[in-house]
Amino acid sequence: MGRTRIPLPALAVSSVVLVTTALAFVFFVAPNDQTLGFSQRIFYFHVSIAFAAYACFICGAWQALRHLWKRDPRADLASYVCVHQGLIFGTMVLITGSIWAKVAWGRWWIWSEDELVLFLVLYLFYCAYFMLRFSIDPGPQRANLSAVYALFGVVLIPVSFSAIRLAKAYFHPQVFTLHGPNFGGWILVTYCIAQVAMLVLAYTLYRLEIGGKRLDVRLRRLREALA
Amino acid sequence: MTTYVRDVGALARKDLLLELRARDTLPAMLLFVAAIFVVFHFALPGTPSRLETTGFLWVAILFTALLGLGRAFVPEREQRTMDGLVLAPCDRSAIWLAKSLATLAFLVAAEVVALPLYALFFHGLDGATVAAVILADLGICAVGTFLGAMAVVTRARDLLLPLLFLPLAMPIVVGAVGASVVDSPGRYLGFLALYDVLFAVVCWASFEYVVAE
Repeated sequence: MGRTRIPLPALAVSSVVLVTTALAFVFFVAPNDQTLGFSQRIFYFHVSIAFAAYACFICGAWQALRHLWKRDPRADLASYVCVHQGLIFGTMVLITGSIWAKVAWGRWWIWSEDELVLFLVLYLFYCAYFMLRFSIDPGPQRANLSAVYALFGVVLIPVSFSAIRLAKAYFHPQVFTLHGPNFGGWILVTYCIAQVAMLVLAYTLYRLEIGGKRLDVRLRRLREALA
Repeated sequence: MTTYVRDVGALARKDLLLELRARDTLPAMLLFVAAIFVVFHFALPGTPSRLETTGFLWVAILFTALLGLGRAFVPEREQRTMDGLVLAPCDRSAIWLAKSLATLAFLVAAEVVALPLYALFFHGLDGATVAAVILADLGICAVGTFLGAMAVVTRARDLLLPLLFLPLAMPIVVGAVGASVVDSPGRYLGFLALYDVLFAVVCWASFEYVVAE
């Protein structure tokens, strides 16, 4: 964490601008998909939200590592807020993925869609993180156990993904191949804008939540000092 | 190194001796697995295929293991011996390793009865399934014991272990069921072995933080 940070109002304004631009690009600039038509446009949000959720989970694990390794007193709260944001974005992935499955395959849930199944597993895993965290009293033990469990999460992501690939035939529309993204022009531009917008939005929400939480801690300390 | 092995041996022997005298985990696991087979028979209408009963075998193994894992740290909690173990002059990961080995012994003992019972009630077993059982047991005990140590210090206790464990056990189920049903199980067995090694290393390295106050 750097000493100089972008102020929160600037972040909020830029995320509003970016999300609006992304919406405009998705609806007015990106061309219609040849097979899926207009409905394919949800892909720009589904995929970029999924990557933002991964970024949150990985960031949460990184902060967990900092807590265990460097004993950084701020890392525990940061790790928790990252996982919380990841779970919110994960919910959005499940919802958008479900809508996409309904439009593309006619059913609300498709087991052969690897990403969606992976997110369901991760969702259950990180929900259990909250169950774990809130059934231990605040203190070093809670911080340690939460951090260890958050680290398990980043090991689980690739392992689960390969498990799902092993279990099912690959059915998801292949967006990335070994030869780079197989889409170009405005599609790529729109996707990149949507991705940046979601990452900035996630970071803004993270800063907002952690700011509130830290203020809460300070307030409690002040109250204890006054009492 | 030899001290470490001796510590692990002593700790595992303690758990096995405790079970030998009190007998509260293994009989429960055996009864549970037999009862669950009977439930499966009535839950599967008609004559279930080999594929279907294989899936149920893995559900039975997973839940029987959960029963044993839930009990793993109960003596430590009830007798308040965890503090003593943590203060003992041994590496803390030895506590996890010894507990995993003891749980593995219970699970294998339960399966020695459960697998012939499955063959008797449903369908015969092949070598790949037995290999998958052995590999899956290692992963289940390594991860499950670790999470059991986490769950036991929480307020929710036994309630929390299945919630923590089942998402992490999903890859084990994929590898195990895959190895039991396909013709060439090599890939699935390899995946199970990889899972075991990966999570055993993670558990071994981070157990210290679970028990440290």
